[in-house]
Amino acid sequence: MSAGAETIDKTVAGVAAALGEVADGATIMVGGFGDSGIPEELLAELLEQGARELTLIANNAGSGESGVAALLRERRVRKIVCSFPRSSGSVWFERRYRAGEVELEIVPQGTLSERIRAGGAGIAAFYTPTAAGTELAAGKETRLLDGREHLLEHALRADLALIRARAADRWGNLVYHTAARNYAPTMAMAARETVAQVDELVGLGDLDPEAVVTPGVYVDRVVRLRREEAR
Amino acid sequence: MVTEVAARSREEIAARVAADLAPGAVVNLGIGMPTLVAGHVPAGREVVFQSENGVVGTRPLEPGEHPDPDLINAGKEPIGLVAGGSYLSHADSFAMIRGGHVDVTVMGAFEVSAAGDLANWSSGTDAIPAVGGAMDLAAGAATVVTMMSHLTGAGAPKLVERCSLPLTAAGVVGRVYTDLAVLAVEGGEFVALELVPGLTFERLAAATAAALRDGRDRVPALLGERRR
Repeated sequence: MSAGAETIDKTVAGVAAALGEVADGATIMVGGFGDSGIPEELLAELLEQGARELTLIANNAGSGESGVAALLRERRVRKIVCSFPRSSGSVWFERRYRAGEVELEIVPQGTLSERIRAGGAGIAAFYTPTAAGTELAAGKETRLLDGREHLLEHALRADLALIRARAADRWGNLVYHTAARNYAPTMAMAARETVAQVDELVGLGDLDPEAVVTPGVYVDRVVRLRREEAR
Repeated sequence: MVTEVAARSREEIAARVAADLAPGAVVNLGIGMPTLVAGHVPAGREVVFQSENGVVGTRPLEPGEHPDPDLINAGKEPIGLVAGGSYLSHADSFAMIRGGHVDVTVMGAFEVSAAGDLANWSSGTDAIPAVGGAMDLAAGAATVVTMMSHLTGAGAPKLVERCSLPLTAAGVVGRVYTDLAVLAVEGGEFVALELVPGLTFERLAAATAAALRDGRDRVPALLGERRR
Protein backbone atom coordinates (compact mmCIF):
# COMPACT_ATOMS: atom_id res chain seq x y z
CA MET A 1 0.00 0.00 0.00
CA SER A 2 1.55 3.28 -0.99
CA ALA A 3 2.31 5.60 1.93
CA GLY A 4 -0.32 8.13 2.79
CA ALA A 5 -2.85 6.86 0.30
CA GLU A 6 -6.04 5.08 1.24
CA THR A 7 -6.04 2.94 -1.85
CA ILE A 8 -4.51 -0.50 -2.18
CA ASP A 9 -1.44 -0.74 -4.38
CA LYS A 10 0.76 -3.81 -4.08
CA THR A 11 2.85 -3.02 -7.12
CA VAL A 12 6.46 -2.07 -6.46
CA ALA A 13 9.18 -0.83 -8.79
CA GLY A 14 12.19 -3.06 -9.17
CA VAL A 15 13.03 -6.53 -8.07
CA ALA A 16 14.99 -5.42 -4.96
CA ALA A 17 11.99 -3.60 -3.50
CA ALA A 18 9.81 -6.56 -4.40
CA LEU A 19 11.94 -9.09 -2.56
CA GLY A 20 12.37 -6.92 0.52
CA GLU A 21 14.80 -7.92 3.24
CA VAL A 22 15.15 -11.64 3.71
CA ALA A 23 16.55 -12.73 7.07
CA ASP A 24 19.16 -15.45 7.45
CA GLY A 25 17.46 -18.72 8.31
CA ALA A 26 14.24 -17.83 6.51
CA THR A 27 11.95 -20.52 5.09
CA ILE A 28 11.06 -19.74 1.48
CA MET A 29 8.60 -21.43 -0.86
CA VAL A 30 9.62 -21.25 -4.51
CA GLY A 31 7.02 -21.79 -7.23
CA GLY A 32 7.73 -23.73 -10.40
CA PHE A 33 7.96 -27.22 -11.83
CA GLY A 34 11.03 -27.92 -13.92
CA ASP A 35 11.58 -24.65 -15.80
CA SER A 36 7.87 -23.82 -15.87
CA GLY A 37 6.79 -21.00 -13.55
CA ILE A 38 10.17 -20.35 -11.93
CA PRO A 39 10.47 -16.80 -10.49
CA GLU A 40 13.98 -16.50 -11.94
CA GLU A 41 14.56 -12.81 -11.29
CA LEU A 42 13.33 -12.93 -7.69
CA LEU A 43 15.70 -15.85 -7.08
CA ALA A 44 18.56 -13.94 -8.71
CA GLU A 45 17.83 -11.03 -6.35
CA LEU A 46 17.74 -13.39 -3.36
CA LEU A 47 21.21 -14.58 -4.37
CA GLU A 48 22.39 -10.99 -4.80
CA GLN A 49 21.04 -9.98 -1.42
CA GLY A 50 22.98 -12.71 0.37
CA ALA A 51 20.62 -14.29 2.94
CA ARG A 52 22.06 -17.56 4.26
CA GLU A 53 20.95 -20.71 6.08
CA LEU A 54 17.76 -20.78 4.03
CA THR A 55 15.18 -23.55 4.02
CA LEU A 56 13.66 -23.89 0.57
CA ILE A 57 10.37 -25.62 -0.22
CA ALA A 58 10.09 -26.37 -3.94
CA ASN A 59 9.27 -29.21 -6.30
CA ASN A 60 12.79 -29.52 -7.70
CA ALA A 61 16.27 -28.61 -6.51
CA GLY A 62 17.20 -26.41 -9.43
CA SER A 63 19.29 -27.15 -12.48
CA GLY A 64 22.02 -25.40 -14.40
CA GLU A 65 23.60 -22.29 -12.86
CA SER A 66 20.66 -20.03 -11.98
CA GLY A 67 17.78 -19.94 -9.52
CA VAL A 68 17.80 -22.55 -6.76
CA ALA A 69 20.93 -24.14 -8.27
CA ALA A 70 22.85 -20.86 -7.87
CA LEU A 71 21.71 -20.56 -4.23
CA LEU A 72 23.01 -24.08 -3.63
CA ARG A 73 26.26 -23.32 -5.42
CA GLU A 74 26.83 -20.28 -3.18
CA ARG A 75 26.00 -22.33 -0.05
CA ARG A 76 22.97 -20.27 0.95
CA VAL A 77 20.72 -23.28 1.51
CA ARG A 78 20.66 -25.26 4.75
CA LYS A 79 17.74 -27.52 3.86
CA ILE A 80 15.50 -28.27 0.91
CA VAL A 81 12.05 -29.83 1.10
CA CYS A 82 11.17 -31.21 -2.31
CA SER A 83 9.77 -34.11 -4.30
CA PHE A 84 12.20 -34.53 -7.17
CA PRO A 85 15.75 -33.19 -6.72
CA ARG A 86 17.26 -35.52 -9.32
CA SER A 87 16.57 -33.63 -12.55
CA SER A 88 18.99 -33.53 -15.41
CA GLY A 89 21.40 -30.69 -14.71
CA SER A 90 20.84 -30.71 -10.91
CA VAL A 91 24.61 -30.65 -10.55
CA TRP A 92 24.84 -28.22 -7.64
CA PHE A 93 22.23 -29.98 -5.55
CA GLU A 94 23.97 -33.30 -6.07
CA ARG A 95 27.38 -31.83 -5.20
CA ARG A 96 26.18 -30.15 -1.99
CA TYR A 97 24.07 -33.16 -0.97
CA ARG A 98 26.88 -35.66 -1.47
CA ALA A 99 29.20 -33.44 0.58
CA GLY A 100 26.63 -33.37 3.40
CA GLU A 101 26.26 -29.61 3.02
CA VAL A 102 22.51 -29.53 2.49
CA GLU A 103 19.75 -31.41 4.26
CA LEU A 104 17.08 -33.07 2.08
CA GLU A 105 13.49 -33.83 3.06
CA ILE A 106 12.01 -35.88 0.25
CA VAL A 107 8.20 -35.65 0.02
CA PRO A 108 5.81 -37.30 -2.45
CA GLN A 109 4.63 -34.58 -4.81
CA GLY A 110 0.96 -34.74 -3.87
CA THR A 111 1.79 -34.81 -0.18
CA LEU A 112 4.07 -31.81 -0.73
CA SER A 113 1.38 -29.76 -2.45
CA GLU A 114 -1.24 -30.83 0.10
CA ARG A 115 1.03 -29.98 3.04
CA ILE A 116 1.43 -26.51 1.52
CA ARG A 117 -2.31 -26.27 0.90
CA ALA A 118 -2.99 -27.29 4.51
CA GLY A 119 -0.55 -24.63 5.68
CA GLY A 120 -2.46 -22.01 3.74
CA ALA A 121 -5.85 -23.28 4.82
CA GLY A 122 -5.19 -23.43 8.55
CA ILE A 123 -5.14 -27.22 8.76
CA ALA A 124 -2.34 -28.38 11.05
CA ALA A 125 -2.02 -31.91 9.70
CA PHE A 126 -3.91 -34.52 7.69
CA TYR A 127 -3.98 -38.25 7.00
CA THR A 128 -3.15 -39.69 3.57
CA PRO A 129 -2.55 -43.22 2.27
CA THR A 130 0.25 -41.94 0.00
CA ALA A 131 3.60 -43.50 1.02
CA ALA A 132 2.04 -45.84 3.60
CA GLY A 133 4.13 -48.99 3.83
CA THR A 134 7.14 -47.39 2.14
CA GLU A 135 10.52 -46.09 3.33
CA LEU A 136 9.06 -42.58 3.34
CA ALA A 137 6.66 -43.60 6.12
CA ALA A 138 9.55 -44.03 8.57
CA GLY A 139 8.90 -42.22 11.85
CA LYS A 140 5.41 -41.08 10.86
CA GLU A 141 2.28 -41.59 12.91
CA THR A 142 -0.05 -44.07 11.19
CA ARG A 143 -3.74 -44.75 11.56
CA LEU A 144 -6.10 -47.25 9.97
CA LEU A 145 -8.93 -45.30 8.32
CA ASP A 146 -11.58 -46.90 6.10
CA GLY A 147 -9.58 -50.11 6.39
CA ARG A 148 -6.47 -48.59 4.89
CA GLU A 149 -3.23 -47.45 6.47
CA HIS A 150 -2.77 -43.68 6.45
CA LEU A 151 0.15 -41.45 7.41
CA LEU A 152 -0.15 -38.26 9.42
CA GLU A 153 1.43 -35.43 7.41
CA HIS A 154 2.03 -31.97 8.84
CA ALA A 155 1.26 -28.65 7.18
CA LEU A 156 4.05 -26.53 5.71
CA ARG A 157 4.24 -22.78 6.13
CA ALA A 158 6.89 -20.29 5.12
CA ASP A 159 8.15 -16.81 5.82
CA LEU A 160 8.10 -15.95 2.15
CA ALA A 161 6.73 -17.32 -1.14
CA LEU A 162 8.32 -16.34 -4.44
CA ILE A 163 6.09 -16.99 -7.44
CA ARG A 164 5.65 -16.03 -11.07
CA ALA A 165 2.39 -15.14 -12.78
CA ARG A 166 1.42 -13.82 -16.19
CA ALA A 167 -0.52 -10.72 -15.15
CA ALA A 168 -1.59 -8.81 -12.06
CA ASP A 169 -3.55 -5.71 -11.11
CA ARG A 170 -2.62 -3.35 -8.28
CA TRP A 171 -4.65 -5.36 -5.78
CA GLY A 172 -2.38 -8.32 -6.48
CA ASN A 173 -4.99 -10.43 -8.24
CA LEU A 174 -3.13 -12.94 -10.40
CA VAL A 175 -3.65 -14.98 -13.55
CA TYR A 176 -1.13 -17.45 -14.89
CA HIS A 177 0.12 -18.84 -18.17
CA THR A 178 -0.69 -22.48 -19.01
CA ALA A 179 1.10 -24.98 -16.75
CA ALA A 180 3.27 -22.29 -15.10
CA ARG A 181 0.51 -21.99 -12.51
CA ASN A 182 1.61 -25.20 -10.75
CA TYR A 183 2.54 -24.46 -7.10
CA ALA A 184 2.02 -20.68 -7.15
CA PRO A 185 -1.62 -20.33 -6.01
CA THR A 186 -1.07 -22.75 -3.13
CA MET A 187 2.25 -21.29 -1.97
CA ALA A 188 0.75 -17.80 -2.08
CA MET A 189 -1.67 -18.91 0.63
CA ALA A 190 0.90 -20.64 2.82
CA ALA A 191 3.51 -17.91 3.30
CA ARG A 192 3.52 -14.96 5.68
CA GLU A 193 4.53 -12.78 2.71
CA THR A 194 4.05 -13.55 -0.98
CA VAL A 195 5.90 -11.81 -3.78
CA ALA A 196 4.83 -12.29 -7.39
CA GLN A 197 6.84 -11.36 -10.45
CA VAL A 198 4.57 -10.84 -13.41
CA ASP A 199 4.98 -10.23 -17.13
CA GLU A 200 2.22 -7.66 -17.28
CA LEU A 201 0.34 -5.20 -15.06
CA VAL A 202 -3.24 -4.41 -15.97
CA GLY A 203 -5.73 -1.89 -14.67
CA LEU A 204 -7.93 -2.71 -11.69
CA GLY A 205 -11.05 -4.34 -13.09
CA ASP A 206 -9.37 -5.49 -16.28
CA LEU A 207 -8.94 -9.07 -15.08
CA ASP A 208 -12.07 -11.14 -15.54
CA PRO A 209 -13.21 -11.88 -11.95
CA GLU A 210 -14.30 -15.34 -13.10
CA ALA A 211 -10.77 -16.02 -14.31
CA VAL A 212 -8.71 -14.68 -11.39
CA VAL A 213 -6.84 -17.67 -10.00
CA THR A 214 -5.14 -16.07 -7.00
CA PRO A 215 -7.10 -13.30 -5.25
CA GLY A 216 -4.86 -10.43 -4.17
CA VAL A 217 -5.70 -11.26 -0.55
CA TYR A 218 -2.84 -13.77 -0.71
CA VAL A 219 -0.33 -11.46 -2.39
CA ASP A 220 1.81 -8.81 -0.70
CA ARG A 221 4.00 -7.40 -3.45
CA VAL A 222 3.89 -7.49 -7.23
CA VAL A 223 6.69 -6.51 -9.58
CA ARG A 224 6.42 -6.38 -13.32
CA LEU A 225 9.48 -7.76 -15.03
CA ARG A 226 8.97 -7.89 -18.75
CA ARG A 227 10.68 -11.05 -19.79
CA GLU A 228 12.63 -9.32 -22.55
CA GLU A 229 13.82 -6.68 -20.04
CA ALA A 230 14.63 -9.23 -17.40
CA ARG A 231 16.82 -11.45 -19.56
CA MET B 1 12.20 -75.73 -34.60
CA VAL B 2 12.52 -72.52 -32.58
CA THR B 3 9.82 -69.99 -33.33
CA GLU B 4 10.82 -66.33 -33.53
CA VAL B 5 9.32 -64.44 -30.56
CA ALA B 6 7.82 -61.15 -31.76
CA ALA B 7 8.78 -59.08 -28.69
CA ARG B 8 7.08 -55.68 -28.66
CA SER B 9 9.08 -52.48 -29.08
CA ARG B 10 8.49 -49.54 -26.70
CA GLU B 11 6.13 -47.96 -29.23
CA GLU B 12 4.31 -51.28 -29.67
CA ILE B 13 3.84 -51.70 -25.92
CA ALA B 14 2.50 -48.12 -25.82
CA ALA B 15 0.08 -48.89 -28.66
CA ARG B 16 -1.07 -52.05 -26.85
CA VAL B 17 -1.79 -50.05 -23.67
CA ALA B 18 -3.57 -47.34 -25.68
CA ALA B 19 -5.82 -49.93 -27.33
CA ASP B 20 -7.11 -50.92 -23.88
CA LEU B 21 -7.94 -47.39 -22.65
CA ALA B 22 -11.71 -47.05 -22.38
CA PRO B 23 -13.39 -44.19 -24.23
CA GLY B 24 -13.77 -41.32 -21.77
CA ALA B 25 -11.14 -42.60 -19.35
CA VAL B 26 -9.09 -40.04 -17.40
CA VAL B 27 -5.51 -41.26 -17.63
CA ASN B 28 -2.23 -40.12 -16.11
CA LEU B 29 0.95 -41.08 -17.95
CA GLY B 30 4.19 -41.42 -16.02
CA ILE B 31 7.55 -40.18 -17.24
CA GLY B 32 9.53 -42.12 -19.83
CA MET B 33 7.91 -44.91 -21.84
CA PRO B 34 4.30 -44.27 -20.66
CA THR B 35 4.43 -40.84 -22.32
CA LEU B 36 4.36 -42.66 -25.67
CA VAL B 37 0.84 -43.96 -24.99
CA ALA B 38 -0.74 -40.58 -25.83
CA GLY B 39 0.40 -40.92 -29.43
CA HIS B 40 -1.34 -44.26 -29.97
CA VAL B 41 -4.97 -43.75 -28.95
CA PRO B 42 -7.20 -45.22 -31.67
CA ALA B 43 -8.57 -42.53 -34.01
CA GLY B 44 -11.92 -41.14 -32.89
CA ARG B 45 -11.60 -42.37 -29.28
CA GLU B 46 -11.59 -39.55 -26.73
CA VAL B 47 -9.34 -40.25 -23.74
CA VAL B 48 -8.45 -37.46 -21.30
CA PHE B 49 -4.77 -37.36 -20.36
CA GLN B 50 -3.99 -35.68 -17.06
CA SER B 51 -0.51 -34.41 -16.20
CA GLU B 52 0.40 -34.12 -12.50
CA ASN B 53 1.75 -30.58 -12.89
CA GLY B 54 -1.75 -29.29 -13.50
CA VAL B 55 -2.89 -30.02 -17.05
CA VAL B 56 -6.08 -31.86 -18.00
CA GLY B 57 -6.23 -32.77 -21.69
CA THR B 58 -2.60 -33.09 -22.78
CA ARG B 59 -1.61 -34.10 -26.28
CA PRO B 60 1.71 -34.63 -28.05
CA LEU B 61 2.96 -31.61 -30.02
CA GLU B 62 2.17 -31.68 -33.73
CA PRO B 63 5.20 -31.93 -36.02
CA GLY B 64 6.66 -28.41 -36.38
CA GLU B 65 4.35 -26.95 -33.72
CA HIS B 66 5.98 -24.15 -31.70
CA PRO B 67 6.40 -25.28 -28.07
CA ASP B 68 5.23 -23.12 -25.14
CA PRO B 69 8.11 -23.38 -22.61
CA ASP B 70 5.65 -23.26 -19.70
CA LEU B 71 3.46 -26.05 -21.06
CA ILE B 72 5.23 -29.26 -20.14
CA ASN B 73 4.38 -32.73 -18.86
CA ALA B 74 5.63 -34.56 -15.77
CA GLY B 75 8.81 -35.46 -17.64
CA LYS B 76 9.35 -31.74 -18.37
CA GLU B 77 8.83 -32.29 -22.11
CA PRO B 78 6.80 -29.75 -24.13
CA ILE B 79 3.20 -30.77 -24.82
CA GLY B 80 0.01 -29.31 -26.28
CA LEU B 81 -3.49 -28.88 -24.90
CA VAL B 82 -6.57 -30.39 -26.55
CA ALA B 83 -9.80 -28.48 -27.11
CA GLY B 84 -11.70 -28.99 -23.87
CA GLY B 85 -8.51 -29.02 -21.82
CA SER B 86 -7.85 -26.98 -18.69
CA TYR B 87 -5.17 -25.94 -16.24
CA LEU B 88 -5.20 -26.34 -12.50
CA SER B 89 -2.87 -25.76 -9.60
CA HIS B 90 -0.58 -28.49 -8.35
CA ALA B 91 -2.68 -28.93 -5.21
CA ASP B 92 -5.86 -29.27 -7.27
CA SER B 93 -4.11 -31.63 -9.69
CA PHE B 94 -3.06 -33.91 -6.85
CA ALA B 95 -6.48 -33.63 -5.26
CA MET B 96 -7.74 -35.02 -8.57
CA ILE B 97 -5.18 -37.83 -8.36
CA ARG B 98 -5.43 -38.56 -4.64
CA GLY B 99 -9.20 -38.17 -4.59
CA GLY B 100 -9.62 -41.09 -7.00
CA HIS B 101 -10.77 -39.02 -9.98
CA VAL B 102 -8.02 -40.33 -12.25
CA ASP B 103 -9.21 -43.66 -13.63
CA VAL B 104 -5.92 -45.07 -14.83
CA THR B 105 -2.28 -44.34 -14.10
CA VAL B 106 0.33 -45.83 -16.42
CA MET B 107 3.81 -46.03 -14.94
CA GLY B 108 7.12 -47.70 -15.55
CA ALA B 109 8.38 -50.18 -12.95
CA PHE B 110 11.59 -51.77 -11.74
CA GLU B 111 9.63 -54.60 -10.12
CA VAL B 112 6.03 -55.69 -9.65
CA SER B 113 5.14 -58.46 -7.21
CA ALA B 114 2.42 -61.09 -7.47
CA ALA B 115 0.62 -59.23 -4.67
CA GLY B 116 0.57 -56.09 -6.83
CA ASP B 117 3.35 -54.33 -4.92
CA LEU B 118 5.05 -51.69 -7.04
CA ALA B 119 8.71 -50.66 -6.90
CA ASN B 120 9.49 -47.82 -9.28
CA TRP B 121 10.89 -44.86 -7.36
CA SER B 122 14.22 -46.01 -6.02
CA SER B 123 16.75 -48.29 -7.65
CA GLY B 124 18.15 -48.99 -4.18
CA THR B 125 21.54 -47.59 -5.14
CA ASP B 126 23.11 -44.40 -3.78
CA ALA B 127 21.37 -42.28 -6.43
CA ILE B 128 19.84 -39.05 -5.13
CA PRO B 129 16.39 -39.99 -3.79
CA ALA B 130 13.58 -38.49 -5.89
CA VAL B 131 9.97 -39.65 -5.65
CA GLY B 132 7.92 -37.14 -7.66
CA GLY B 133 4.24 -38.06 -7.90
CA ALA B 134 4.69 -41.84 -8.12
CA MET B 135 3.47 -42.63 -4.60
CA ASP B 136 0.43 -40.35 -4.92
CA LEU B 137 -0.52 -41.86 -8.26
CA ALA B 138 -0.01 -45.41 -7.04
CA ALA B 139 -2.14 -44.79 -3.95
CA GLY B 140 -4.81 -42.65 -5.59
CA ALA B 141 -5.58 -43.82 -9.12
CA ALA B 142 -8.45 -46.26 -9.50
CA THR B 143 -6.40 -48.60 -11.72
CA VAL B 144 -2.62 -48.81 -11.64
CA VAL B 145 -1.02 -50.11 -14.82
CA THR B 146 2.67 -50.67 -15.42
CA MET B 147 4.45 -50.92 -18.74
CA MET B 148 7.94 -52.27 -18.81
CA SER B 149 10.34 -54.75 -20.33
CA HIS B 150 9.65 -58.23 -18.97
CA LEU B 151 13.31 -58.73 -18.02
CA THR B 152 16.02 -56.37 -16.80
CA GLY B 153 18.97 -55.57 -19.05
CA ALA B 154 20.83 -58.31 -17.17
CA GLY B 155 18.04 -60.80 -17.95
CA ALA B 156 16.43 -60.95 -14.50
CA PRO B 157 12.62 -61.10 -14.24
CA LYS B 158 10.91 -57.87 -13.16
CA LEU B 159 7.74 -59.73 -12.23
CA VAL B 160 8.58 -61.30 -8.89
CA GLU B 161 7.12 -63.06 -5.87
CA ARG B 162 8.30 -60.24 -3.57
CA CYS B 163 9.92 -56.92 -4.51
CA SER B 164 13.56 -56.53 -3.49
CA LEU B 165 13.60 -52.76 -4.15
CA PRO B 166 11.95 -50.05 -1.99
CA LEU B 167 8.18 -50.00 -2.53
CA THR B 168 6.24 -47.17 -4.11
CA ALA B 169 2.97 -48.66 -2.85
CA ALA B 170 1.76 -52.08 -1.71
CA GLY B 171 -0.92 -54.15 -3.46
CA VAL B 172 -1.91 -51.62 -6.11
CA VAL B 173 -0.94 -52.90 -9.58
CA GLY B 174 -3.83 -54.34 -11.57
CA ARG B 175 -2.43 -54.79 -15.07
CA VAL B 176 1.04 -55.18 -16.56
CA TYR B 177 2.04 -54.63 -20.20
CA THR B 178 5.47 -55.89 -21.20
CA ASP B 179 7.34 -56.59 -24.41
CA LEU B 180 6.22 -60.22 -24.06
CA ALA B 181 2.71 -60.23 -22.62
CA VAL B 182 -0.34 -58.56 -21.12
CA LEU B 183 -0.93 -59.74 -17.57
CA ALA B 184 -3.47 -59.15 -14.84
CA VAL B 185 -2.41 -59.13 -11.19
CA GLU B 186 -5.12 -60.69 -9.07
CA GLY B 187 -5.50 -62.99 -6.09
CA GLY B 188 -1.77 -62.91 -5.35
CA GLU B 189 -0.69 -64.16 -8.77
CA PHE B 190 0.02 -63.03 -12.29
CA VAL B 191 -2.48 -64.07 -14.95
CA ALA B 192 -1.26 -64.14 -18.55
CA LEU B 193 -4.05 -62.61 -20.67
CA GLU B 194 -2.17 -62.33 -23.95
CA LEU B 195 1.22 -63.48 -25.25
CA VAL B 196 3.10 -61.99 -28.18
CA PRO B 197 3.16 -64.20 -31.29
CA GLY B 198 5.72 -66.98 -31.12
CA LEU B 199 5.88 -67.07 -27.32
CA THR B 200 4.74 -70.12 -25.41
CA PHE B 201 3.14 -69.99 -21.96
CA GLU B 202 6.04 -72.08 -20.66
CA ARG B 203 8.62 -69.58 -21.87
CA LEU B 204 6.66 -66.70 -20.33
CA ALA B 205 6.45 -68.62 -17.06
CA ALA B 206 10.21 -69.14 -17.16
CA ALA B 207 10.71 -65.38 -17.60
CA THR B 208 8.42 -64.64 -14.63
CA ALA B 209 9.70 -65.16 -11.08
CA ALA B 210 6.30 -65.76 -9.52
CA ALA B 211 3.24 -67.95 -9.92
CA LEU B 212 1.71 -67.52 -13.39
CA ARG B 213 -1.79 -68.61 -14.34
CA ASP B 214 -2.97 -69.07 -17.90
CA GLY B 215 -5.82 -66.65 -18.59
CA ARG B 216 -5.63 -66.53 -22.36
CA ASP B 217 -9.30 -67.48 -22.64
CA ARG B 218 -10.17 -64.04 -21.22
CA VAL B 219 -10.34 -60.79 -23.17
CA PRO B 220 -8.56 -58.01 -21.22
CA ALA B 221 -11.22 -55.61 -19.91
CA LEU B 222 -10.89 -51.99 -21.01
CA LEU B 223 -9.14 -49.76 -18.47
CA GLY B 224 -10.98 -46.89 -16.82
CA GLU B 225 -14.55 -47.43 -17.97
CA ARG B 226 -16.72 -44.56 -16.74
CA ARG B 227 -20.00 -42.94 -17.57
CA ARG B 228 -19.67 -40.53 -20.50
